[in-house]
Amino acid sequence: MSSEEKDIKEADLFKKVEEFLQVFKKGEEFTHELLKENERLRFKIVRLEEDLRNNRKQGDNSQVKLLKDAIAQLEEERNYLTNKFKVVESENKDFAARYVEVEEENNNLANLYVASYQLHSTLDIHEVLTIVVEIIINLIGAEKFSLMLLDEDINELVAAASEGIDKSDLANIKIGEGIIGDVAKTGESYFEKDLEKKRDELNEPLVCIPLMIKEHVIGVLVIYSLLIQKKGFNRVDYELFSMLAGHAATAIFSSRLYAQSERKLSTIQGFIELLSGKPKPK
Amino acid sequence: MSSYNFLVVDDSPTMRQLITFALKRIHNSQVTEASDGVDALKKLSGNKFSLILLDINMPLMDGLKLLSIMRGNPSYNDVPIVIITTEGADVDREKAMQLGANAYITKPIQTNELLKVVKEFLKINE
Repeated sequence: MSSEEKDIKEADLFKKVEEFLQVFKKGEEFTHELLKENERLRFKIVRLEEDLRNNRKQGDNSQVKLLKDAIAQLEEERNYLTNKFKVVESENKDFAARYVEVEEENNNLANLYVASYQLHSTLDIHEVLTIVVEIIINLIGAEKFSLMLLDEDINELVAAASEGIDKSDLANIKIGEGIIGDVAKTGESYFEKDLEKKRDELNEPLVCIPLMIKEHVIGVLVIYSLLIQKKGFNRVDYELFSMLAGHAATAIFSSRLYAQSERKLSTIQGFIELLSGKPKPK
Repeated sequence: MSSYNFLVVDDSPTMRQLITFALKRIHNSQVTEASDGVDALKKLSGNKFSLILLDINMPLMDGLKLLSIMRGNPSYNDVPIVIITTEGADVDREKAMQLGANAYITKPIQTNELLKVVKEFLKINE
């Protein structure tokens, strides 16, 4: 190879090196630019991420607040409804209790009505006494009792009816004598407080109720013992005692008067027949 | 609406009236009264009763005798029978239940209890 050709080749090579260097420099510049851009973008990403976090946090907080408000409102509603439910429930219980009370009262009044209706349904003294006995057994639940009526001729209480005990076993009682006589004297009812107490049944009865017409005692209802299933007296029993004290007395008194008037009428008719000379038609 | 036909057997007119008065509070109810077991048998023949209320201590034929007669007769075998009595001892209750009584109520009469038992047997919701 000649030196001329060699120079040409060197010049070409130099030119190519120059071109390569140019390209390399451009590549370096581009790489720098890319790195810068990358840095800028990373910074931007960090900023955006931070913004996003902040925004999300703010969003979460407001949502939580909303939910909390909703929960509070619901709780308030729940409390209101719970309270309302309690009020309604207690009202309901109240009504149920009152209904039971009214029903009971209704039943008691019905029993009292039947008892008083029965007492005044007859003017026969024996029937009246039977009815009094039936009322005491079926409505009060007495096992042994007697109905002592005042015999005004001897001023003593005489057994007119009895149950669970023979009438012949019941001695006459003087007014003011013992518990029964005292009730007849004072007109005040007597109730033994301790129903389980061991007692002399005939002289220490459980209950003595004076049968009264206004202030006048015509007899005493005496209860010596109760049926096995009857453990004590309740409000209705006292109402019954009170009813018996008045209505039984009136019924007994009326039937006695009626019997007396019947006797008188018969006597008068006898006299009239005797005086007029007309015999009574048979 | 269902109608109910009751037979009340008790020798005490007052007790019969008390029970009748209570039963009449059930809508569409009719009550027939009998004063003892013999009278009850007469009233039973030819009549269909929804429920029978029966006393134990009665003249002529007592309640337990009537109960055993009714339970031995296919015509009355399935009629509910409620005993209402003064006899409160367990032995009396057991005897009545063994003879075929469906319920046993002791006196003094508690109308609430009586109506509750009757309504339960007849499945009445008033």
